[in-house]
Amino acid sequence: MLRLFSKTLKTGVVTERVKKPTSDDLEQLGIEVKQQIDRHFKGSLAIREVDAGSCNGCELEIHALNNPIYDVERFGVHFVASPRHADVLLVTGPVSRHMQTALLRTWQATPEPKWVIAAGDCAVCGGEFGESYACCGGVDKVIPVDVTIPGCPPTPKMLLKGILGLINGVKTQSQPLAASQK
Amino acid sequence: MSQSWRDMFSQMLSSNQISHKPSLIQDTTLWQIESSQWQQAARLAKDLSARWVAGWAEQVEAGFNVNALLEKNGDYVLLRTTVPEMHPQLPSQSTVYAAANRSERHTQDLLGIHFTDCPDHRPWIKHQAWHKHEYPLRKDFPLSGQPQSITPPDMDYAFVKARGHGVYEIPVGPVHAGIIEPGHFRFQAVGETILNLEERLGYVHKGIEKLAVGRSPEKLARLAARISGDSTVAHGWAACQAMEQAASVEIPERAAWLRGIACERERIANHLGDIGAICNDVGFAFAQMQFSRLREQWLRPQLKDFGHRLMMDYIVPGGVSLDITPDACEQQLQALKTLRQELDVIVPAIDMNSSLEDRLYTAGYLSPQTAQDFGVVGYVGRASGQDFDVRRDKPYAPYHALQFNAVLEDQGDVASRVWVRVKEIFASIKLLRQMLSQLPEGAIKADWKRPQAQAEGLAMIDGWRGEIISYVRFDENNCISRFYTRDPSCVNWPALEKIVLNNIVPDFPVCNKSLNGSYSGHDL
Ligand code: SF4
Repeated sequence: MLRLFSKTLKTGVVTERVKKPTSDDLEQLGIEVKQQIDRHFKGSLAIREVDAGSCNGCELEIHALNNPIYDVERFGVHFVASPRHADVLLVTGPVSRHMQTALLRTWQATPEPKWVIAAGDCAVCGGEFGESYACCGGVDKVIPVDVTIPGCPPTPKMLLKGILGLINGVKTQSQPLAASQK
Repeated sequence: MSQSWRDMFSQMLSSNQISHKPSLIQDTTLWQIESSQWQQAARLAKDLSARWVAGWAEQVEAGFNVNALLEKNGDYVLLRTTVPEMHPQLPSQSTVYAAANRSERHTQDLLGIHFTDCPDHRPWIKHQAWHKHEYPLRKDFPLSGQPQSITPPDMDYAFVKARGHGVYEIPVGPVHAGIIEPGHFRFQAVGETILNLEERLGYVHKGIEKLAVGRSPEKLARLAARISGDSTVAHGWAACQAMEQAASVEIPERAAWLRGIACERERIANHLGDIGAICNDVGFAFAQMQFSRLREQWLRPQLKDFGHRLMMDYIVPGGVSLDITPDACEQQLQALKTLRQELDVIVPAIDMNSSLEDRLYTAGYLSPQTAQDFGVVGYVGRASGQDFDVRRDKPYAPYHALQFNAVLEDQGDVASRVWVRVKEIFASIKLLRQMLSQLPEGAIKADWKRPQAQAEGLAMIDGWRGEIISYVRFDENNCISRFYTRDPSCVNWPALEKIVLNNIVPDFPVCNKSLNGSYSGHDL
């Protein structure tokens, strides 16, 4: 037990500071729902990750978000086990046709309001696998996508920026929701 | 020297009137036999306790070539037979080798070859993305296929049923609770105890074998690097080595060493991540935090030295894409020292921990006999007494020039798999030290040569999960006409169904993680 404490204390805090994304970053991340976000999330976000045919490279980097260096939980972001608890689906992979229904059902099981992030080139546009007898060629072919994070795989920093961008919107640019957008 | 198993096998085939015309794919023996004797040949190989390694088929002019790769003591033999295009069928080898079953079903689903008296004819890779009598790997099947707008779920798969007082069923997946790949597990349990587990994979089938057709060598390397992201270096290496063999391209020594460095780095990165995750699955967060920190610190320099955090696309046909500076070598050597020092504190701390001991020892037992029957490879095999490592038993550059001890245990439980991986980290540190300090000078990439039409290549590479087999055939235009790769997961997944028996349902995640098969690498 002593060893555990001693190593824990000696390791100290390794978590790194992350800058809020600038509007340029957000532009790059393709965030399209800036206005709606502020109102709904209030700084906390539950994410359900769905692998829809990824090569698992994207998953490795998503995992890294939970390591003590990025420690995404400090921003109120947590990964949940069920779509019923989720605000956001974080989807990877070109959507293999064998996963198409599963992805649709996961999306249907997520309560409104909900957002979808397509993470990784495959999810954004099919990537190396494209569209074929086996792949749908991107998440937006199956469910509506709000944010895209390119990269093969996107680095944890890119992912973090994408997610933070979604939470913060661009505070400065946020506008009240129009009455029709419910 | 005593007679090799290959010679004995050859004699046995002859005395059983199985003619086997010999030829070679580079240095691998290839025997063409009659399709009617397909199963008998497997039986003779099994009598010599050879391991069934991989099986795949290919459409050729005369019909279909069907291949089965066998191995013993690092000596590989490829059996090949040809079946006609009309009613292609041949006797199954899965009655002899359990490991052949899913592979034969894969071939049945994608090429429409019928394996007679195969004990299990259920579709495997095929769900509902194409029709029953269509076969994506046949030449007349277009890459685009004829998909429906929404592919229906695969509802009618005939899972094994268990009946009896208090027996209940738990379906899990394809979407799982964690950040992991999709697949379906069907449990039958009594109380908390698992009576039976059946896997249903194929959810992430991306048509990789079909996508490979017509690609240039560079493009195939990119695709291979995305077969299983966690093994991007190993798969890239295997595909490139197979292509280089086919094209008779000699890669520079320095390139081979750099590939070795990347591959051992990948091994360490994955072992670090997984050891932490296994401990986390039994609620031991200390290890998870420490190991995931070490993993992150390990990945970071790779962006600079290898051009990518996971070293994707570092290996290219003919060599590698980026040279390493002497400074970077020095920094990496220093990082090895730091890693070793950190592990020397963390490993004893988890070793002494009784709550970990409680959960990991005796959980998820795989007997050496079962491991052998399934031809299990990598750390799963090495934790259950299977003394095989491609790097040692069929060495390729740079390993033929390096000192290295393969790790072996025979306890076969989750703890044993963890310890094998801890020891493999130490072994890889030693290998890296040798490679970094003796790195040969010279070029990092050889010029590509156009391979002859129909040239074949077959490579075996030891990735962090174990032996990867990669096969290519070129057409007349320097493009790929057939690519097959057998991820170690293909032979390891069936073992999970045995590993979990009589364990409690809540221990399934840790058992699964201790094996950590790739879904993507398996489904292709
Ligand atoms: S984007 Fe790249 S890393 Fe992510 S799933 Fe696709 S191929 Fe793999």
